Amino acid sequence: MKHDNSYTGQDFKVIGTRVKRPDGIDKVTGRARYGADASLPGQLVGRILRSPHAHARIKSIDISKAEALQGVKAVVTADDMPVPQGLPGDLAHMLENSMARGRALYDGHAVAAVAAIDAKTARKALQLIEVDYEPLPHVTDVDAAMQPDAPVIHDWIYTSGVDPKPEKPSNVVQRTEFGLGDIDAGFAEADVVVERSYKTEATHQGYIEPHACLANIRPDGSGELWVTTQGPFVYRNVCAQMLGMDIAKLKVTSSEIGGGFGGKTHVWGEPVALALSRKANRPVKLVMTRDEVFRASGPTSSTSMDIKLGATRDGKLVAARAEMRYGNGAFPGIWGMLSCMTSFACYEIANCKAIGYDVVLNRPKVAAYRAPSAPMAAFGVESAMDELAAAISMDPVEFRLKNASREGGQSHYGPVWGPIGIRATLEAVRDHPHMKAPLGPNQGRGMACGFWFNIGGQTCSDLNVGIDGTVTLTVGTVDVGGSRASLGLIAAEELGIAYEQVSVNIGDTGSLGHNDMTEGSRGTFSSGMAAIFAARNTIEVLRERAAKMWGIPVEDVTWEAGQAVAKGSAHGNLKPLTLKDIAAKSPKTGGPIAGHNEVVADGAGVSFASHICDIEVDPETGATKVLRYTVVQDAGKAIHPDYVEGQFQGGAAQGIGWALNEEYIYGKDGRLQNPGFLDYRMPVCSDLPFIDTKILEIPNPGHPYGVRGVGETSIVPPLAAIGNALSNAVGVRMHHVPMSPPRILKALREAEREAC
Amino acid sequence: MRYESPTTTSEAATLLAGESGEAFVLAGGTDLLVRMKNMMVEPELVVDVKRIPTMRSIEITDDGGFRIGAAVPGVEVGEHEALGRAWPGIVEAAGLIGSDQIQGRCTIVGNVCNASPAADTTPALIAADAQVEIIGPKGQRTIPVAKVATGPGQTSLTKGELVEAILLPPRPANSGDAYLRFTPRTEMDIAVVGAAVSLTLKDGVVSKARVALGAVAPTAIEVEPAAAAIVGSKLDDGALDALVKACRAACKPIDDRRGTIEYRTEVAGVLAKRAALIAFERAGGIQ
Ligand SMILES: Cc1cc2nc3c(=O)[nH]c(=O)nc-3n(C[C@H](O)[C@H](O)[C@H](O)COP(=O)(O)OP(=O)(O)OC[C@H]3O[C@@H](n4cnc5c(N)ncnc54)[C@H](O)[C@@H]3O)c2cc1C
Repeated sequence: MKHDNSYTGQDFKVIGTRVKRPDGIDKVTGRARYGADASLPGQLVGRILRSPHAHARIKSIDISKAEALQGVKAVVTADDMPVPQGLPGDLAHMLENSMARGRALYDGHAVAAVAAIDAKTARKALQLIEVDYEPLPHVTDVDAAMQPDAPVIHDWIYTSGVDPKPEKPSNVVQRTEFGLGDIDAGFAEADVVVERSYKTEATHQGYIEPHACLANIRPDGSGELWVTTQGPFVYRNVCAQMLGMDIAKLKVTSSEIGGGFGGKTHVWGEPVALALSRKANRPVKLVMTRDEVFRASGPTSSTSMDIKLGATRDGKLVAARAEMRYGNGAFPGIWGMLSCMTSFACYEIANCKAIGYDVVLNRPKVAAYRAPSAPMAAFGVESAMDELAAAISMDPVEFRLKNASREGGQSHYGPVWGPIGIRATLEAVRDHPHMKAPLGPNQGRGMACGFWFNIGGQTCSDLNVGIDGTVTLTVGTVDVGGSRASLGLIAAEELGIAYEQVSVNIGDTGSLGHNDMTEGSRGTFSSGMAAIFAARNTIEVLRERAAKMWGIPVEDVTWEAGQAVAKGSAHGNLKPLTLKDIAAKSPKTGGPIAGHNEVVADGAGVSFASHICDIEVDPETGATKVLRYTVVQDAGKAIHPDYVEGQFQGGAAQGIGWALNEEYIYGKDGRLQNPGFLDYRMPVCSDLPFIDTKILEIPNPGHPYGVRGVGETSIVPPLAAIGNALSNAVGVRMHHVPMSPPRILKALREAEREAC
Repeated sequence: MRYESPTTTSEAATLLAGESGEAFVLAGGTDLLVRMKNMMVEPELVVDVKRIPTMRSIEITDDGGFRIGAAVPGVEVGEHEALGRAWPGIVEAAGLIGSDQIQGRCTIVGNVCNASPAADTTPALIAADAQVEIIGPKGQRTIPVAKVATGPGQTSLTKGELVEAILLPPRPANSGDAYLRFTPRTEMDIAVVGAAVSLTLKDGVVSKARVALGAVAPTAIEVEPAAAAIVGSKLDDGALDALVKACRAACKPIDDRRGTIEYRTEVAGVLAKRAALIAFERAGGIQ
């Protein structure tokens, strides 16, 4: 049955209520099973040997001593993971990223791995592997990597998107450009122009649970993988192709997930664990240490940007140009391109041009991190917006409101805007009591806006009715942020039953058709859509069964408030049949009652947010304390407000950490200096104030309930919001993130010297 | 690896002296176990001192000072009222270590013997002129806390020696101490700079002072010129400026992922000044 995904504006019974999440008890009592919590008889311990060099040719690897060690069951190198014929380029990169092939491309790049009977033996075996490295020149800084004399990391990268086509390879993968109008004419129209350069350091998603899996390849070539992932179906497809297996022969089961934020959309050690299991003919468990997580699983891009904005005195933004250089780590990505697409989305600018460069570096391969690429671009653009507002003596909120994108307007990256929330979030910020609260000495308030696309994608859900009338909804999107509760609410709403009657189950790859990952804020949007349609299909079956039980035509049966109702005067005295009644009779009326739906969930609605923050700076140490923080964001429809608020707060917390202290620090030797939570300074609870939230609901026309994804936008504004607050607190404008105490103190001292 | 938990200090010393491989004392284990887990050390022998009764208490000594047993966890240091009144700076330094969970285990002696330049209690103990009581194969000896660490991770303890207790001198009237550290995070962090000041007033004027800094040199350091700068003052601006300058002059920090030379040097002065003002107020001083 074909369903319509248009918004219908219905009144809800259970949607919007704050019910208990089904996974809560197991999580707080320690019973939840994460990636490292599965075991199989005879399992081995897998460990990976990693390059200590930022860039080196691997002249030889001698594994003989390791193989000879008692208790070692397999040692693998790239030789054991050949590139299957026809493997697409991006998967070939992933494969080489998971095991170095001739060259180590960054500090932490895997070069060999062992499977042994215990951790101690595995560790010893790693020490017995002899790798002969020839160190090569390296580059970890994005600007340095673009210089003509930079060491070229891959001789096969010829910059695309430039004319004429380059004749020599370089580290620049591609140049992308998006925009509107004529920027020269636009800047000529401007009364005031602000032009600044910015830099942001790489950050890590910082999920508490390290990557972990249990791989089991059988002698017949079939296998299974238990893994912490944001997408078991994608992991299955990717791993099977990388290892030259049939997709149907590999079953992937996702564990509970201790955070992913994009970092678990990409495979790292999983193909290695599978290769070890295949060679050892035993199950292999591979759990990364924190050091490995930092050194070898995807951080964000480090960036360098030039932003130029022009406005007229009366506050019209007439021209904008952004040139953004994004590090990709050791393999090509699309991070610079994404920065272009997000950079100017909040504003209607007749003449704008966003140029992005994707640049390879001797750093770990960049992976998605919550609204990937958008926070850095927003740091540049929203900082410059504040300076421009000040330069024309306009209130920063009014300035943004005056130029905010609007429904029917042309975005700079392609689409024409539907109903969007940027204006509404700005109005809510303007009217929020937070904006009027008094501030003390060395305190300042800042605000900034953010945008994220959100995506839909392939989805497949099953709904099954038990003979007691309870319902199991099986979805293929991993629950990272409470989606089981939200999807349970959706099924209950559609069927007209209580939330407690629904159980939501995350299916493994053997139980459902393909599902894209829980990424792009699509989990509740897309699985929710498939759940609605699966429930509607189930209702069709329920009506048929009721008609059969009554012996009346199905056209005369409607489904109302959880029961089948016979319509028409001829059936006036038939008592409605509840879901329970129909389910109880199902063995005799046609067997199990189920509804299924597979869909490409089109119609994802974009999401905008505006944030306000107050900070205090210690002018003698440069330390910043966040005093108060408010997130205003458009959710379309908040299915479960707690988890919408949780997403708003979580994104803001991560953005605050990024703004103030988190950074990848590389030494001159190209080695990561801080691969651990002690020196990679994520905020702890006491570093953050309570993060206040305000949910706006501007329905997304592309979803029956109006849902938009909410998971990512909230990490976009904090960098700039804090930078703007800092400037208001102590009068220095920071152009380099993180705005750590030493950088702030230095800026304060420089400002003092200039004032003298 | 062998694990032993003797009940007397001499037994502990004999065990340590008798082991030919790497041997470590285990107090709270909040440094040692982390290093073992990270494979930075692989001891043959671990001697747990938490079962030694004489190491488990805080006593007031005959001269009116304090003896803090080497196995006393941070949380007990924090709960000792008399100690808190006499040496609030040491107690606040010990209280900064880790989190509630860490406080239940970590010891002051472990902090000192771990010999991190950034250890939080060491500067406060140096400012207090604290001593450590050491027992070893050749009997007992007592040395100043400042003499324990000789470099990052290095101590002057010889094979078989272990620390039994920290000794704090008696506290004259009108005395106060304070410890401040700078960390980018509010907790669960490591000092980028630490500063401790202990002083005694006579007629409202500083008559005796000791100043110590952490994380600005290979070991925590005592800064005598900084103390000299405030003796004879009521911490007027001139005295404080001189204290700040002396502290900055004494800094020999490194540039690393935790802070730059420039930053550490500047903040050392700031924290020393702030600690001096707190200690002064605790001593009952009025500026
Ligand atoms: C999460 C976390 C947070 C932390 N935060 C801080 C902090 O904020 N500030 C800070 O300064 N430190 C911090 N630390 C480090 C550590 O907690 C402290 O150094 C603590 O005081 C060590 O005490 P312990 O009893 O646990 O030492 P242990 O780990 O038991 O021992 C440390 C070292 O001292 C030796 N040792 C112990 N007792 C004796 C003895 N009696 N005689 C001779 N040698 C001995 C051991 O052999 C070992 O080498 C933190 C550690 C963790 C894990």
